Amino acid sequence: MRRAADTTVRAELSLDAVDRRIVKATEAGLPLCREPYREIAGRLGISSEEVMRRMCDMLAAGVIRRIAAVPNHFRLGFHANGMSVWDVSDTRVSELGARVGALGYVSHCYRRPRRLPAWPYNLFAMVHGRDRTEVLEKVARIADLLGGAKRGHEVLFSSRILKKTGMRLSREVTLGTRQPVLTVAGDR
Amino acid sequence: MQEPHTNAQLDLSDRRLINRLQHGLTVSERPYAEVAAALGMGEDEVLARLRGLLDAGILTRFGPLYNADRMGGAFTLAAMAVPESAFDYVADIVNASPEVAHNYRREHRLNMWFVLASEDPERIDEVIRNIEQSTGLQVHDFPKCEEFYVGLYLEA
Repeated sequence: MRRAADTTVRAELSLDAVDRRIVKATEAGLPLCREPYREIAGRLGISSEEVMRRMCDMLAAGVIRRIAAVPNHFRLGFHANGMSVWDVSDTRVSELGARVGALGYVSHCYRRPRRLPAWPYNLFAMVHGRDRTEVLEKVARIADLLGGAKRGHEVLFSSRILKKTGMRLSREVTLGTRQPVLTVAGDR
Repeated sequence: MQEPHTNAQLDLSDRRLINRLQHGLTVSERPYAEVAAALGMGEDEVLARLRGLLDAGILTRFGPLYNADRMGGAFTLAAMAVPESAFDYVADIVNASPEVAHNYRREHRLNMWFVLASEDPERIDEVIRNIEQSTGLQVHDFPKCEEFYVGLYLEA
């Protein structure tokens, strides 16, 4: 199993030491004060203009996806989470994957390898809903969109979070929540 | 464990703020003032509400969302078919690896799904081999070939 060659081509912005310090200073979030970039700058001993310029560059390069809030989906009443997986014709999966990913209720959408014979699915789309019925209704709309290019699909509902610590990217930088979370949920 | 709070407790201003903040903000000197102006609120009210939503755990995070894979990291999604009787035992083994970022139980023959992340691509293969050796179970590995969308928007 090789991994190095199978990721998509990426335009990499190489982060220098100052960028990494900015990442570290903002990993837990943007400061909650009127001038958050000035506050970060003060901590790092550089100008707020430099912080803002570097963060704009990281946004442009896709190192930062967005500067945004992440909701606790459970707290907003979205109790069901289904990973829908689809066997889509290889010639159409890129075009259709982009359309599925553009649906508002799909939070993650990837093409991944099939593992035949056990796993024929090459398109993964995560769907959230207030309950399972709502997830299945959304999945039905994805099925309509895929039409004849789809040969089969399944929905894998999550029933328990076993671990959620976030990604560890470097010895210095930890993203996401820091506390391991171990919860048992009836239906998520 | 059912978490106690739902969106029933959020007032209209909270909901509008949550929905606005899920869309990206631009980098500017006074980002909260820009949000406030768009929503017809005061800058300090936006800050106070945002702090409250984070403290209450309704928002898990606010700030730059980094794309780890543009920072030189390697990832994969992996899955195993774990016998019921050994489920917790296997979960402990899998979760013990710091490279395991998330692990979910899902209702399927492949009932354990986890994300592995590391700076070093070879480390991912090592962790997979270690888990296979410790558990005697096969790990199926689904590295991303193409990313179409990542981002969660849930209307509050």
